[in-house]
Amino acid sequence: MSLLETKKLDAFYGDFQALFGIDMHIARAEVIGLIGANGAGKTTLLRALTGLLPAVSHSILFGGQPIGGSRAEALVKRGIAMVPEGRKLFASLSVEENLKLGAATGRHGVWTLDRVYGLFPVLAEKRTAYATTLSGGQQQMVAIGRALMSNPTLLLCDEISLGLAPVVVADVYRALPAIRAAGTGIIVVEQDIGQVLRVADRLYCLREGRVVLQGPAQGMNRQEIAAAYFGAAA
Amino acid sequence: MIGALDIVVQGLLVGGFYALFATGLSLIFGVMRLVNLAHGDVIVLGAFAALFLVQQTGVQPLLCVVLVVPLMAGLGYLLQRAILNRTLGANILPPLLVTFGLSIVIQNGLLLGFSADSQKLPMGHLTIVSVSLLPGLNVGLYPLGVLILAALVIGGLQMFLYRTALGTALRGTSDDPVTIRLMGIDNRHIFGIATALSFAVAGLAGVLMGGYGNFSPAAGPQNLLFGFEAIIIGGLGNLWGTLLGGMILGVAQAIGADIDPGYQVLAGHIAFLAILLAAPRGLFPRMA
Amino acid sequence: MRDRAAIVFGLSLLVCAAIPLFGDNGERQLGLEFAATLTLATLWNLLAGYAGVISIGQQAYVGLGGYVLFALTVFAGMPVLAALPLAAAACGLIAMPAGRLLFRLRGPHFAIGTWVLAEVFRLSAAQVSALGGGSGMSLPIMSILAISHSRPQRLLDFYLLSAALALATSAAVAVLLRSRFGLGLTAIRDAEAAAASLGVDVMALKWIVYVITAALTGLTGALLFLQNVRISPDAAFSVNDWTANVIFIVVIGGIGRPAGPLIGCLVFFAFRAAFAGYGAWYLIGLGGLAIAMMLLQPQGIVGFVEAAWRRRAPARAGV
Repeated sequence: MSLLETKKLDAFYGDFQALFGIDMHIARAEVIGLIGANGAGKTTLLRALTGLLPAVSHSILFGGQPIGGSRAEALVKRGIAMVPEGRKLFASLSVEENLKLGAATGRHGVWTLDRVYGLFPVLAEKRTAYATTLSGGQQQMVAIGRALMSNPTLLLCDEISLGLAPVVVADVYRALPAIRAAGTGIIVVEQDIGQVLRVADRLYCLREGRVVLQGPAQGMNRQEIAAAYFGAAA
Repeated sequence: MIGALDIVVQGLLVGGFYALFATGLSLIFGVMRLVNLAHGDVIVLGAFAALFLVQQTGVQPLLCVVLVVPLMAGLGYLLQRAILNRTLGANILPPLLVTFGLSIVIQNGLLLGFSADSQKLPMGHLTIVSVSLLPGLNVGLYPLGVLILAALVIGGLQMFLYRTALGTALRGTSDDPVTIRLMGIDNRHIFGIATALSFAVAGLAGVLMGGYGNFSPAAGPQNLLFGFEAIIIGGLGNLWGTLLGGMILGVAQAIGADIDPGYQVLAGHIAFLAILLAAPRGLFPRMA
Repeated sequence: MRDRAAIVFGLSLLVCAAIPLFGDNGERQLGLEFAATLTLATLWNLLAGYAGVISIGQQAYVGLGGYVLFALTVFAGMPVLAALPLAAAACGLIAMPAGRLLFRLRGPHFAIGTWVLAEVFRLSAAQVSALGGGSGMSLPIMSILAISHSRPQRLLDFYLLSAALALATSAAVAVLLRSRFGLGLTAIRDAEAAAASLGVDVMALKWIVYVITAALTGLTGALLFLQNVRISPDAAFSVNDWTANVIFIVVIGGIGRPAGPLIGCLVFFAFRAAFAGYGAWYLIGLGGLAIAMMLLQPQGIVGFVEAAWRRRAPARAGV
């Protein structure tokens, strides 16, 4: 049974339809790459999965249970956590306070404050600093750590390399194997195709709210991806 | 000389009341950027709740706090969840207009229940006991007690906000009410908690004020203005600043009253406007 | 269909407006009050609905206009009709620095600040014995008789003046909103940050609207208290009379809609005629209605009707 599965998932912003019949699935400890141009619907899909956007109940199944349209707070308690686009750290809280808030659901698992500091040692030194005084890469680590503190079974990462230097991006992505080892499934939204091909097991490419390409990352070639990405006639 | 010192001391002592008026207002604004125009009326509601209890049971008014504070907290939570949560958003008009309407409803509801007469909670000698520091310089123990209590309440709130998980959740919600939901925290509930706290402090302020000065159904707006002025003078986002702001307001009013009793409230307003001119963000602002 | 409804509505309005011309003193009084309230509502709608400036202290200028008129008449011996425009000018002049000062506060804090200003005016007026202190003052008989020796005639004159003011204000606001200035205002209302980034000087526009509104509000106040012959601090600067009612009217009618104030006034006066006898219950009902309106139908009656019309007749090409 998949960890999460969507069946003909539609999503709307008011009258505007942003997703058209998305079918996707992810298994435990699997890493899925979600790619597509800006406006293709990647963030929209993540928002629907985390309950920030309404959806038809049966169009999203988590552990076999219909969760579409559930409130975000409830979904975090069930084990879906998101590292939001732009990090969205709490500006008036310290690094440690941000991390501790992530544990507010009280879910148990391998991820504790110490374990997160173990994954990102630099954060331990900066634990009392205001989250927004950190560098971009460090802030990204806090955002990931914060999501991990809820011990999710599914982690959604929205553009975690955005605005970061390649060296820093590598640092951030180095954390993925440890997360996966805990059995967590990860959906990674990325603009950097090369990065995605390195970390993902399978790939979905979105264009204008539809899945236009999917398959194992291993077998994909750049041309296929570019064609799907930009919609150029082959 | 002693006369001047006495005026300043009287003003400082009254500041505790104003700080209590302001604290609830400040809390709600801090967490959800909402200004409750009915806040002054909520304070008066607390006073009338105590009056009702006293009239029905003859209990010592100060003890009413034990019942009034939790009742007001519950009322605040319900009001936020049922009505005020629906007004939150980018537009500042709905919360202003809804709380303005609420103010009118509360004032007239109290009018129906209690008549327009001026009331006072019967606390007897408690409110006039004073200690003479110097000849001509008397310190009322009741207002002093209120001032100390205001400091304790603010200190308690600070500890709650900075040392507890729920307090951290409130501060996080104030930063980003959407992302807080990604922490598994229901922002609607957090807003309710904030308003519950606000109403609790307002209820306390009402009971304390009710024994010291007169109150009537129409007395609400005045309390709102005083609380607001204390906040702006002290600086947005700073509860300790609000305590100071309340004391400064009190001193300004005391000076005005000394010139002519009719100038008391006016002097406070003018001091507020003067500080607004000289230091628009208040004396110790903390909010962006 | 829509045009026919508008014509019928317009004609009925004209008929209603004509009643005080032939009616009795009571009807003239009511007509005057309606026209003055409509003017105040139109101005508040301009301020809040178009410029996005929420003020709960416009009573400051209602009272100031009244007191300036009385002061000029009593102390400078000025004929009442000459004093009217001066009252308006005085309010505009005072609003200039007042607005500058108050705009240091943002949003809801600005709103309370306007209330503080009104309180400053009220308390100050009560302290000036030349103005009658707390109990107020009356206009001298000579000044009143100078307008006309017959009360019905005076009431008629006042009614015509206030109706003219209401009409002029509505027309001026309509013209303003179609001008470049008005475009800037609508831009502010719809998306303030975007407007600012396009070079619209948001604060300057808001300030200008605040000052103009203050002047015209003052003129209305002067007219109201001229008709009343008596002024006192509590009546002049009453929140309930000059702000609460006006806000109710604009909210019920439809904020930011041209027809909002008129519809709101009609509903308010009807409501009042029917229920004012119930005292505090009436006010609770008013407050409750305003709350319900804001929660359920924030666009007011006009917004509701417009939406219904749109559902009935979806976009017609070329219309």
